[in-house]
Amino acid sequence: MISFHEVVKKNEGAILSAWIEEMVKGVRRADLMTDTELKQQARELLGLFAKAAESSSEAESEAFLQTREFLREIAKSRMDQGFTPTETARFVLSLKQPIFHALRDALKGNPSDLVNEVWASGNLLDRLALFTVDSAVEFRDQVIGRQQEEMLELSTPVVKLWDGVLALPLIGTLDSARTQVVMESLLSAIVETNSQIAIIDITGVPTVDTLVAQHLIKTITAARLMGADCFLSGIRPAIAQTIVHLGIDLVDVQTKAKLSDAFAMALSRMGKVVVARKPAAGMALGSKAKDN
Amino acid sequence: MASRSEVHPIAGAADVVKVRQVARSWALELKLSLVDQTKLVTAASELARNTLDHGHGGTMRVEQVENGLRRGIKLTFEDKGPGIPDIAMALRDGYTTSGGLGLGLSGSRRLVNEFDIKSEVGRGTIVAITRWK
Repeated sequence: MISFHEVVKKNEGAILSAWIEEMVKGVRRADLMTDTELKQQARELLGLFAKAAESSSEAESEAFLQTREFLREIAKSRMDQGFTPTETARFVLSLKQPIFHALRDALKGNPSDLVNEVWASGNLLDRLALFTVDSAVEFRDQVIGRQQEEMLELSTPVVKLWDGVLALPLIGTLDSARTQVVMESLLSAIVETNSQIAIIDITGVPTVDTLVAQHLIKTITAARLMGADCFLSGIRPAIAQTIVHLGIDLVDVQTKAKLSDAFAMALSRMGKVVVARKPAAGMALGSKAKDN
Repeated sequence: MASRSEVHPIAGAADVVKVRQVARSWALELKLSLVDQTKLVTAASELARNTLDHGHGGTMRVEQVENGLRRGIKLTFEDKGPGIPDIAMALRDGYTTSGGLGLGLSGSRRLVNEFDIKSEVGRGTIVAITRWK
């Protein structure tokens, strides 16, 4: 009885060219990768596959370790290049047809063997394709995880507006994990910079519900316990009406519509005044000279 | 009568975010004013969190409803949780069993035009809200 790996081994060249032809017709994305790259990957994969199939027909076995490693690499590079997982899987699955054709020619007189070998090789390729998809999804999950961590860090910068005045511009959804980070970074910044006033700006927070409000009130109370005054700014008209209807009590909190208003209030609270400078004759001339 | 509807699961904190996004996009589609959008989204956020925290998860159905010439959005939150023994008490401002502000349920009632709550102890809770354009 002839096994499919013998057929693959014997017809490797023919299968490879039929496979590449198949891919160029349908699966390949000419916009994402070059012909040479595709051919090289196909040749290498088929070589590994033929070699591994000699000793095993289980995709999870030791014999296919190298093949799996290679598919992992391919999945990663395909994801980076912008392929979908389906397109990545079809790279493996499109190998079926050329192999089945070769089997048909080799086992013409023996339909029962033909079915067996088609089933065995098909099964193997299915599993390898699934493995490729799994790898691709895994890489995507890694990217998502990394981005989530980055967002957690990025979204809570405490900035110093003036000596003794801090601002915390909040952006996005305030779920409990992030609120904890926000609260901690603000409180430690108050200590580090010895600030008397902290402005929490919620211009970038799309929804203020009772949970968000509670987090804000807690943060403001904690800041106050540390001796800093907390102002809340960036309250849009729609948010203001919603807060009123919800019945949230922000009477004890100093609020302003805009960050600039809150900053002006902070400066006046600290006894600072912003005045327009009277242009001195010499300076005006100087700047004119620069313009020319 | 409902022209179309969608059901979204509420099983984790990420689903609450999803519910808000869905509510916002439906409100935008109906061209609700910015204030009404915000009210509906905030009420959805409160009720979705109730479904998650008190009802141990459930679903939200969103549908566009019509009443004569008026059109609106109806959100129905359903869970199979422990239920609410005393609805009148639960709807009181400041009443909380979870350490929150106690304004979620009562507040969201004030944010919408129609508010309907049914609850059976041991069976679950259904809250339906409608915001008309």
